[in-house]
Amino acid sequence: MQWESWSQFWHMGGAAVFVWGSYAVTFGLVVLELVLVAQRRKETLKRLLRWRRALGKDGSGRQSAPLESEQ
Amino acid sequence: MKARSKRLMLVGGGVALLAAAVALVLSAFQQNLVFFHTPTEVMEGKAPTGKTFRIGGLVEDGSIQREADGLTVRFAITDTAKVIPVSYRGTLPDLFKEGKGAVVQGTLGPDGQFRATEVLAKHDENYMPPEAAHALEQAHKAGMTVSQ
Amino acid sequence: MNSSQRGFRIFRFAAPQVFYPLAGRLAPWFAAAAVALTLVGLWLGFVVAPTDATQGEVYRVIFIHVPAAWMSMFIYLVMAFWSAVGLVMNTRLSFVMSQALAPTGAIFCFVALWTGALWGKPTWGAYWVWDARLTSQLLLLFLYFGFIALTRAIEDPRRADRAGAIIALVGAVNVPIIYFSVKWWNTLHQGASVSLTKAPSMATTMLAGMLVMAFAAWAYTLAVTLWRVRPMILERERHTEWVGEVLEREGGRK
Repeated sequence: MQWESWSQFWHMGGAAVFVWGSYAVTFGLVVLELVLVAQRRKETLKRLLRWRRALGKDGSGRQSAPLESEQ
Repeated sequence: MKARSKRLMLVGGGVALLAAAVALVLSAFQQNLVFFHTPTEVMEGKAPTGKTFRIGGLVEDGSIQREADGLTVRFAITDTAKVIPVSYRGTLPDLFKEGKGAVVQGTLGPDGQFRATEVLAKHDENYMPPEAAHALEQAHKAGMTVSQ
Repeated sequence: MNSSQRGFRIFRFAAPQVFYPLAGRLAPWFAAAAVALTLVGLWLGFVVAPTDATQGEVYRVIFIHVPAAWMSMFIYLVMAFWSAVGLVMNTRLSFVMSQALAPTGAIFCFVALWTGALWGKPTWGAYWVWDARLTSQLLLLFLYFGFIALTRAIEDPRRADRAGAIIALVGAVNVPIIYFSVKWWNTLHQGASVSLTKAPSMATTMLAGMLVMAFAAWAYTLAVTLWRVRPMILERERHTEWVGEVLEREGGRK
């Protein structure tokens, strides 16, 4: 064990800004990425379902109904 | 129309980024592919004269001297073959130590003295606990006394 | 009609209607592995690994910095691989794979630069220097941005695929430059602590923490890429019967 107390742990030998600044931004970006991926999945399902309904329920036709702006 | 202008911006942005990338390669790499010169290269006249450049090497053991003003530092930088005296006014990085790597930026005076405007510490790729470093140092010293 | 076309596919797993549910089943497992490995890696990195003799505690940035930098280079190579496969074999799913990887690669690339800056200040004495290693890594970030912007900006998917593939392949040249820059030129950045050609120059527990975090980054990349590629496949294959079924099944529920 490297640390005698929690405060010593958070202090990181005086390098707290640099160490925690690295980890905070990294994990923040990971969470942001996961949220964006989940949002995109929802949005795509909704949009494609609407597109399919607009074609007529079976959606088998190859005629191109305009797809709302792709993202 | 809105989607098209958005695409235009994306294409423009993409092209601009790629152009910036190429420019970076051409300008930065041409000058700075070599981030620093060694003292030997400097002595051989391979370093640019009359303009700012960098010298990299080890801070020579026992060479660090602080002037009375408390800000100016004199030390020597070496690649173990050649030695160049350096003077610098400012704060030094924490890892700047005798026997450790450093990169100094500045100009070489006619007196052979390098006037640094920036000093960076260059550390190596070895990571070890203090006890191991201590043991290594002891072994090194022991080895030196034996060989003497 | 469609199924007879698909009969020509060599690899069955490459068929979108097989890959789509497979990706959905695998992703949670990779995500769970990523969480578990991250917890182990952080424990090794912050509890087991000792202070560094030269740098003190600040070296603990390494447990993020090195895995992120490795991942940013590796993902780009994988993108280039899938792009090449797509161009040669004319498999559309390959292009989609490379496009699904790009945002994660860009994030890892940014993280490598960000953590490097925060590590450089207290050790070197500068957040940023224009040495070969740092400059070529910044170039990699621009290549990621260029790839993402271009593939999203071009409306025709086939042209977008090809344009992206060209950036991926051309830019892949930069990856070995990044990796070997510290050997080829004088750089402020130190050499590699871990390589295939020599014994690692790190204390064992430090090395263990770094490698476990690297595996965590692998698992995370697999999970998030599989999640990202699924709606992309639906979009591409929206004319097919199986996507219609998926939409009715998954789009209906909230």
